Amino acid sequence: MTNSENTAENKQTILNAYVGFDTITQQIEKKSLKRGFQFNVMVVGQTGLGKSTLVNTIFASHLIESKGRLNADEPPRQTTEIEAVSHLIEENGVRLRLNIVDTPGYGDQVNNENCWEPIIKYIKDQHSAYLRKELTAQRERYIQDSRIHCCLFFITPSGHSLKPIDIVVLKKLSEVVNIVPVIAKSDSLTLEEREAFRQRIKAELAFHNINLYPYESHEDEEQEQALNESIRELIPFAIVGSERNVVIDGKAVRGRKTRWGVINVEDETHCEFVHLRNFLTRTHLQDLIETTAHIHYEAFRTKQLLAIKGSAQPSSPTPMSSPATPSTNAGVSPAAGSAR
Amino acid sequence: MRKKLMGYVGFANFPNQVHRKSVKTGFQFTCMVVGESGLGKSTLVNTLFNTQIYPNKQPAEPTHDCPQTVEIQSITTDIEENGVRLRMTVVDTPGFGDFVNNEESWKPILDNIESRFDAYLEQENRVNRRKMVDNRIHACLYFITPTGHALKPLDVEFMRRLHTRVNLIPVIAKADTLTEEEVVAFKQRILADIKHHNIQIYQAPAYEYDDEETIAENREVMSKIPFAIVGSDKEFEVEGGRRVRGRRYPWGVIQVDNEEHCDFVKLRQMLIRTHMEELKEFTNDVLYENYRTEKLSAMGIQQDPSVFKEVNPVQKMEEERLAHEQKLAKMETEMRSVFHAKVQEKEHKLKQSEEELYARHKEMKEALDKQRIELEEKRRRLEAGRPMTPEKSKKKGFSFNK
Repeated sequence: MTNSENTAENKQTILNAYVGFDTITQQIEKKSLKRGFQFNVMVVGQTGLGKSTLVNTIFASHLIESKGRLNADEPPRQTTEIEAVSHLIEENGVRLRLNIVDTPGYGDQVNNENCWEPIIKYIKDQHSAYLRKELTAQRERYIQDSRIHCCLFFITPSGHSLKPIDIVVLKKLSEVVNIVPVIAKSDSLTLEEREAFRQRIKAELAFHNINLYPYESHEDEEQEQALNESIRELIPFAIVGSERNVVIDGKAVRGRKTRWGVINVEDETHCEFVHLRNFLTRTHLQDLIETTAHIHYEAFRTKQLLAIKGSAQPSSPTPMSSPATPSTNAGVSPAAGSAR
Repeated sequence: MRKKLMGYVGFANFPNQVHRKSVKTGFQFTCMVVGESGLGKSTLVNTLFNTQIYPNKQPAEPTHDCPQTVEIQSITTDIEENGVRLRMTVVDTPGFGDFVNNEESWKPILDNIESRFDAYLEQENRVNRRKMVDNRIHACLYFITPTGHALKPLDVEFMRRLHTRVNLIPVIAKADTLTEEEVVAFKQRILADIKHHNIQIYQAPAYEYDDEETIAENREVMSKIPFAIVGSDKEFEVEGGRRVRGRRYPWGVIQVDNEEHCDFVKLRQMLIRTHMEELKEFTNDVLYENYRTEKLSAMGIQQDPSVFKEVNPVQKMEEERLAHEQKLAKMETEMRSVFHAKVQEKEHKLKQSEEELYARHKEMKEALDKQRIELEEKRRRLEAGRPMTPEKSKKKGFSFNK
């Protein structure tokens, strides 16, 4: 690189008149609005922790049925029944296609060995389907993205520590998907218990080297880094979910009514639902989708293509860029396919 | 035949004597708590007995090696109230339901219960039974996770294996996470599940001679099973300035001792105030006896049912004696006939041999006579003259000494 090019990169060229390319953001917005957005979220946790209720609460609509065994002679559900429920919700002209994937039967059996395998298989299958669509010679302009963008992991509010099965599953899942852990049904913990539990969980996650979303990234600017830091402080979120409304001070809010008090789901002093909702929908929605495409999908793709090339040509395969640097990958990955 | 008393005798004082005696020796109760970790078992025990039986758990540092089997830990405390001493033993089962694979998690617990039965059985069979220690499990509190849906497969499996060996009392742990309607629905589902699997949880026996009030009370207590409980050893102030035990949330304080908030009061009533003795009796009379019968018949000890017939011992002895004598008489005649037969045979033989001897004797005598006659003749001949007959050779033949 010559000196002049160096200085050209560092110094901005001054414009003499208004050109008007700043409307590109609006053009992009118009295009995206027309296309609509796609968001896939998976909920993982034992039966009865309020997964369905929480998803319904976050998106303020009845999206999934709160399932439980109704008859004594019904067999408990198996994890092999992983299915996605799809909904289209709209707000202020913005259409969001939402896929919610429930994992029934996780951790419910007496012997839970390998209960995480169907879940990991499902996630990888979505990556694999996307890769196949990308690699076809004649591919569509806009590939339907069914990859899981976010996985909400529900922790039982025992108040002591993570269970062995939770640790194993968190470790395995954090390698293939963005994980956001939450403390379920936290209305059974007082504020001091919650804090102690949270510290304990964080210590355990650090001890087992489990990497959670949001990930450290060097290209984040100050503001984003500060935001991520504050999110990392709060994780895991202690939440309470409710679809029903209760009346507090004459207003109808979502909450739970008991004989000793009324829990307001949207009250920050009662639970951290508001933080979780803002995090998921208002601040980090786009980032979740991007991270899935740039980090997890790329890692999967690298492995797959290396495997294919390795089996086709026994000689050394062409080196691919490492998945840890998303900036260089942005150029390599086909721009048309990535979800915008 | 009930007789009417003419005056005051005084045996109405008997219960007081029993009371005094038992207060002097003190009472003993062993309770087991089973459930996943973090369900509030230790807190509940502390709350029940209003004292720190379990010390606060210090969370251990995260490590890679976790225990692989269910442990059995037991803590014994002596508590006293109004002069009545109670030796309370609580058996904890840390690790139950906490592993990835919980298939054998009831086995250590079942083994522990049965080994206590075995220890008691052994004590009963000892020569000196004066000092018997009863550490059999009298009640087992099983903690159910408050999912709000139904029983988990692990719960069902555990209860199925243990309901014949111990008094099972299911409780819904951390019930402050459920609203009223959820609690009612959950209890119904649990009871339906229990009935479906034919699990026998503890049912308090109803006696006819109890008074109305007690019967109604008992029925009310038992209708709340499984108890939805909340435990706490901390105290807070509520409006009205009272200090209550409970848990403080930003939206209110749940009071442990308030019957409208949770079923803790009913559980305590049943476990300690009204049914402690019943639980012990049921353990001793039914559960322990069933175990003993199974164990002994498995060891091959046959039960001889004829022992149970009503017998008059004198008559029995007479009968036995007669039978014995008959037997003896029969043996005697037998032997006699055998003896006779043998004697006859011998006599017969002897006779025969005697005859033979006699015959031989006669024969020999005849032969001898014959020889003598011949010899006499020869002598005469010799003396008389010359031998005419060719007897010369005969002379040689005779080496007869005169």
